[in-house]
Amino acid sequence: MAATKVVMPKLSEAMETGKLIKWLKKEGDRVQGGDIIAEIETDKADVEVEAFGAGVLRQILVPPGDRVPVGALIAVIAEPDDDISSLLGGAAATVAEAKPAAPSAATQSPGAPPAPAPSPPVSPTARPAPITAGAPPSEPAIAPPPAPAGTGTSERVRVSPLARKIAAQAGMDLRLIQGSGPAGRIVRRDIEAALGSARPSAAAPAAVPVRPAALRPAAEGPEYEDVALTTIRATIAKRMPLSKAPVPHFYVTSEVAMDRAWELREQLNLLEGQPKVTVNDLVVRASAIALVEHPNVNASFQGDSVRIHHRAHIGIAVALDDGLITPVLRNCESKSLAQIAAEGRDLVERTRSRKLRATELSGATFSISNLGMFDVVNFSAIINPPEGAILAVGAVRQVPVVAPEGLGIGRRMHLTLSCDHRVMDGAMGAKFLQTVRQLLEEPLRLLI
Amino acid sequence: MANARFDVVVVGTGPGGYVSAIRCAQLGLSVAAIEDDRPGGVCLNWGCIPTKALLRNAEVVSLFSRAAEFGVTVSGFQADYGAAIQRSRQVADRMAKGVEFLFRKNTITYLPGRGALKSRTVVEVTGGQRPQSIEAAYIILATGSTARSLPGVTIDEERVISSNGAVRNETRPDTLVIIGAGAVGVEFADVYASYGTRVTLLEALPRILPVEDEEVSAQMAKAFTRRAIAVKTGVKVTSVERSASGVTVHTDGDRLEADQVLMAVGRSARTDGLGLDVLGVATDRGYVKVSPRMETSVAGVYAIGDMAGPPLLAHKASAEGVVAAEAIAGRQPRPVDYSNVPACTYARPQVASIGMTEAAARANGRNVTVGRFPFTASGKAVALGETEGFVKVIADKATGEILGVHIIGAEATELIHEFAVGRTLEATLEEIIQTIHAHPTLSEASLEATLNALGQAIHI
Repeated sequence: MAATKVVMPKLSEAMETGKLIKWLKKEGDRVQGGDIIAEIETDKADVEVEAFGAGVLRQILVPPGDRVPVGALIAVIAEPDDDISSLLGGAAATVAEAKPAAPSAATQSPGAPPAPAPSPPVSPTARPAPITAGAPPSEPAIAPPPAPAGTGTSERVRVSPLARKIAAQAGMDLRLIQGSGPAGRIVRRDIEAALGSARPSAAAPAAVPVRPAALRPAAEGPEYEDVALTTIRATIAKRMPLSKAPVPHFYVTSEVAMDRAWELREQLNLLEGQPKVTVNDLVVRASAIALVEHPNVNASFQGDSVRIHHRAHIGIAVALDDGLITPVLRNCESKSLAQIAAEGRDLVERTRSRKLRATELSGATFSISNLGMFDVVNFSAIINPPEGAILAVGAVRQVPVVAPEGLGIGRRMHLTLSCDHRVMDGAMGAKFLQTVRQLLEEPLRLLI
Repeated sequence: MANARFDVVVVGTGPGGYVSAIRCAQLGLSVAAIEDDRPGGVCLNWGCIPTKALLRNAEVVSLFSRAAEFGVTVSGFQADYGAAIQRSRQVADRMAKGVEFLFRKNTITYLPGRGALKSRTVVEVTGGQRPQSIEAAYIILATGSTARSLPGVTIDEERVISSNGAVRNETRPDTLVIIGAGAVGVEFADVYASYGTRVTLLEALPRILPVEDEEVSAQMAKAFTRRAIAVKTGVKVTSVERSASGVTVHTDGDRLEADQVLMAVGRSARTDGLGLDVLGVATDRGYVKVSPRMETSVAGVYAIGDMAGPPLLAHKASAEGVVAAEAIAGRQPRPVDYSNVPACTYARPQVASIGMTEAAARANGRNVTVGRFPFTASGKAVALGETEGFVKVIADKATGEILGVHIIGAEATELIHEFAVGRTLEATLEEIIQTIHAHPTLSEASLEATLNALGQAIHI
């Protein structure tokens, strides 16, 4: 059978290069279509690469850690006796062009067998256990260096030794800190800023935490500093004006009585063996049903046509420390509430740990952004082109409500739909929102 | 007459000004540099460089006197002080020419003459070939400093000399009183004493090298005393009188006769006639006030080096020059880290330090651990016959942060940079320890002092 080229996939509109994190198969391994063979890092997330053909992973052309352009050949899958030299001839050139300094690709002749991977060293003799008697008491108590971070899968944190020690002593997670040193290296001042105070002095810590801003003398330090954009922030900065400027946004807001949905959710969450359901899951389910009912909202502007989508692939905005990713929950129109709850949770968790698959990074037809956990009452979101609309979800709040029997307390939530006016008009957006509202106010419909 | 126009005009070409001018040129700016003396400023012509040449001569003389120690018999060698001065001038000339070459290489317009501010974009140059006005979008002031004197004492560069006079003076005095025991006073004490001058070193503060760690000051005083340099501390000079044959120094309890007096009581910003008042450039205790980007109170006018305040060190001036150039070019330079500037004294023994003294660290409330290692225990130092001195490392007990390092001994001024890099990278004691130091080197003493701070020194 024919050999299969494995190329650096283009996983989003903005993606220009991808970095190979690691190979999950090694040369000589037999792979089936759909097998995960490698992990790559894009501008937004870490993504698994699937094999699109069956055969043997004959040659790996890009070593872990290298960054190559989209479309560059990264490996070849073929049967053991297939001649793949013609494929490799072109590949070596591509890779060499992309990264002339990569010696592995540039110096290895195309057809030559790959150098054997170094095997882990085998200890010839058992070593005596290290002596672990206590240190002489005269030694000053300086904490031993912590085990190096970043073994295996976890992301390497660039941090100075001193900053690492201060953070360790303060019990602070370095991954939560934005470094201000060269290339984002975390240095002492970053830890101290995060701790919200100057370095701990010999004086006893203040009993009552005071807002650090009040303590800081006004004239201390430079007036401002410029923090390099993270790749996610750079992508957002590049993409958002591409939405807000050319897409004529309009907004429709509605208030939903969430009392029954809240009650339903509490009952559902008492059921054993069922995934926990969040308010957002209810909104996703309601939106999926409403999108099928109002296909004009599930639509993209195509220049000279409007594309009506027949599937509800819903992007769910997930906030990260350094930006925002909107992974896609596909085919929501055919998923039950339980499926949405389980898959949604998995998707969010994998987004936070940057473990998304390629198919989950693009292809949404509609998005939902929920800031309810921050007690936001309502807000307007920016459409993520080429989608036609995005739903902004506020917090469920207890508010005074006017009921037939008098003034009472109810749970209310604001929904704001941002719409692309080139695709739909106000009434279309309003009708969609009305359907969502009805579904949430009669939430048993979400279970059908 | 149309003014010559540049992006940047730099006034003064010492180690601040010329470095700043070159960095500006590298960043694509058109640059003029104005100098009323010689390119390179005090540093290259009258300070750092010529004194290092003199100190090297002093070292050679000292080695000849110690020749027997190495089994070399030298009978009746002559050390010609005038020749030492001449060599030092040659060294300075060569370095000044180097600066001129760098200006040409970077197409910087060199303008001899004295610069004065006329407006925030115009500098007038006088005293050169012809008076002219230079227009520039940005002005960098780098006019340096001049030697200070005591109240009522005039530096005539004959009987009462400054370091400028000392590096030109081909006749060596038989007796010399040095007033002020900072780096300048200590270095000249070394040079003159090596050539046979009877030197008295006076310091108003309780110890010589008063800004260094106390243990370093004590070691230096001991070394000088052994070499018959009279070290007198806590002495206040009340007046200096010239006489036909020499000069008399009156102190608060004594009077000293000498052929010459070297005034080494510090330096002050050289801003006379620069026109700071024309623009209303703000100053503080005589130094020009600057922002972390080295900009003065007048937008577009920058100041660097000695005139912008202490520490008055050439390498600090260069670092500020780079910051000013990059700020002007629209970069985002990291401000100079004044807590991490090495300070060096090039006498024998050499002294180098970075960061806080032990006393300062304790006064800052730090819980410190201190490590020391004497060069007497270093194989390399013994082989060299240079066992005087030690390395002292002061660190935070809890984190191992390197708070200060003080080295006195051979090549101290080279050894200090291991710790300078370490501090820049925020290395702790452990990273120094994990770094394998070649054997045998003087740098091993740095490793051992670091180990000692953790109670783990091997060779002591």
